[in-house]
Amino acid sequence: MAKTALQFRHNGRDVAIFVDGGTNLLTALRDLVGDMTPKFGCGQGGCGACTVLIDGDAHLACLTLAETVEGHSVETLDGIKDGPNLHPLQRAFMEHFAAQCGYCTPGMLMAAKALLDHNASPSREEVVNAISGNICRCTGYEPIINAVLAAASGGRARA
Amino acid sequence: MLELRKDIFADERDDNLKEIGKGTQRQDMLGHVTGASTYFNDHKLQGMLHLKVLRSPHAHARIRRIDTAEAERSPGVRRIIRGADVPHNLNTLLSLINFGKDDEPTLAVDKVRYKGEPVIAVVADSPREAFEALAKVRIDYEPLPAVFDVEEALKAGAPVVNETYPKNTFTYYDVYDHQKLRFGDVERGFASADHVLEQRYQMSPIEHAPTETNGSIAAPDTNGRYVVYTSTQALFFSVDTCAKILDVPSNTFHFIGGTVGGGFGGKVDTLTEPLAILGAMLTGRPVRYIFEREEEMQYGPPRGAERIYLKDGVMRDGRIVARKVRAYFDSGAYTRLSSYAAVKCAAHLPGPYTIPNVYGDIYCVFTNRTPATAMRGFGVTAMDFAIECQMDKLAHLVGMDPMEFRILNAYRDGDMKAHRREAKNTALIECVQVAAEKAKWPLREEFKRMSSLKGGGGTRAAVPPTARDQPVPVRPAAQQRTTYDRAPQAAGPQPPHPPTPPPVAPAPAPQPAAHGAIRFSSVFGSRRR
Repeated sequence: MAKTALQFRHNGRDVAIFVDGGTNLLTALRDLVGDMTPKFGCGQGGCGACTVLIDGDAHLACLTLAETVEGHSVETLDGIKDGPNLHPLQRAFMEHFAAQCGYCTPGMLMAAKALLDHNASPSREEVVNAISGNICRCTGYEPIINAVLAAASGGRARA
Repeated sequence: MLELRKDIFADERDDNLKEIGKGTQRQDMLGHVTGASTYFNDHKLQGMLHLKVLRSPHAHARIRRIDTAEAERSPGVRRIIRGADVPHNLNTLLSLINFGKDDEPTLAVDKVRYKGEPVIAVVADSPREAFEALAKVRIDYEPLPAVFDVEEALKAGAPVVNETYPKNTFTYYDVYDHQKLRFGDVERGFASADHVLEQRYQMSPIEHAPTETNGSIAAPDTNGRYVVYTSTQALFFSVDTCAKILDVPSNTFHFIGGTVGGGFGGKVDTLTEPLAILGAMLTGRPVRYIFEREEEMQYGPPRGAERIYLKDGVMRDGRIVARKVRAYFDSGAYTRLSSYAAVKCAAHLPGPYTIPNVYGDIYCVFTNRTPATAMRGFGVTAMDFAIECQMDKLAHLVGMDPMEFRILNAYRDGDMKAHRREAKNTALIECVQVAAEKAKWPLREEFKRMSSLKGGGGTRAAVPPTARDQPVPVRPAAQQRTTYDRAPQAAGPQPPHPPTPPPVAPAPAPQPAAHGAIRFSSVFGSRRR
């Protein structure tokens, strides 16, 4: 099968891979780049476990053709730490018990980061809306919403 | 801080609770928020192949012919696996604790019994090539009449779902087609009651829908063993099940699991490991078998639907004097764990209440539905749903407050439970009192003063005279059990049955329900999520 060369920025670093036609971004990231932080949950855009940021906006990697990110910037959970220091959202998720099995967490965090990057002090409703495409089957959504709100107010306090 | 009520639980423990009411960080939380937690599917192995399964489109059909010739030639195909390739192609999960007969193949051979049953597995270089090969497999089915309703399945002439159990019911102790609970005389209780209420309750099957689908990766290790990364909730259970199905010692396997993307009971059935390992054995390469979302939703086992009939006799003053229960667990096409759910259910009757006359018949029934499995309190949850709905209706019927009605009927220390164990450390009355207080629900003074420690025992500690059921003569099965790999015999006149001597009445086990419950809780008690 003919393969296509593909270059993009992945968490701030340039990567180059060869993909089969029709390969989605989730498969490209996990199998070819080796970044296992985006998760497979449905392959149909229904669960949000594969949420990544493309040029700062939240996208579902399972529904994104890999070739469409040529020359763009892709950010995953693997890239949001600052060296050894956790991102404020990661700290807030830990403090607010916003994960149980942890499988939806990478997607939740990326959806939340997309929100906070655009809107530093969202309302509760805006948080609910931002994670409405992400399914959690264990903890319920309340601790997650509280964690995102806490991360937002924490950021404001530091500013 | 929460406090343990020592006035009620003095016998339970003498120390003070140190953890409840305080936050404690999960040990795996840092891995979860950084994405470093390793789920089974996060292992990328050199030369990994991909296994996909062709599933039955019919709820019930005979397999006439399977043609894989074209699929064998499909690009990227490494191996096609049929039922005949599975060393021990018949199993039941609880055979590991010697309970039940082997009734379920890994890959169907002569018949499919539910829509989605696995028939053929393809191992290929990529998932796409595996799917393309599956599309080239030709299977000639002869559809058979199917049964989807638990009570229809028990009627004479109903289609036999699973030849291992020709009466469409799980068989307990090789004799009984259901779990029985007998305590006192319910008919006399109903005759003396001021009101009798009979209701029917129906549950739906419920899919666990974990965010991570079921799956596993099996790889040949360098020491002749196989390393298996799996989503299972029941690691050691899966090891032994695979050892049995693949007919090798269990130390052939090194299972790695524990980080599970949601389970809720839906990952205890060893659904993917046997085929993943067999694929690795047959190809010498790592093999990944992961459910697609559609497979998880439609073919992953759900909580079994239960149909429950409750008949209660109640006095004008609110005392329940008789409770009769008939319940049917829809096990689907195979046993899995529903036999155990029915045992748990029988042991749970009549709920946390002291009722002098209790009668229970609990059936584990086979239908042409997706096999059911564990899910959060299965066996008890549905029965409690029915019982508590019924309690509200009974309270309404006698004009009592529903909370006071529960306090009045709650069991107390020293009472005899229907399965003939003395109730100890009971606290339902106190739970209701605290719940009422928190909800600012008014209780009358006499009900606020009632206690689990007072008023129990005495006449309430007695086992009432209980008539024994006449043992039912064991009739020859409507359809003889067939071995799995043999084509079904052509329909025709059956040879006359040799006259069977009257069966020896089985010595009824004194407490079958309680006995079974205890035996299994030691195996499952601490593991079930």
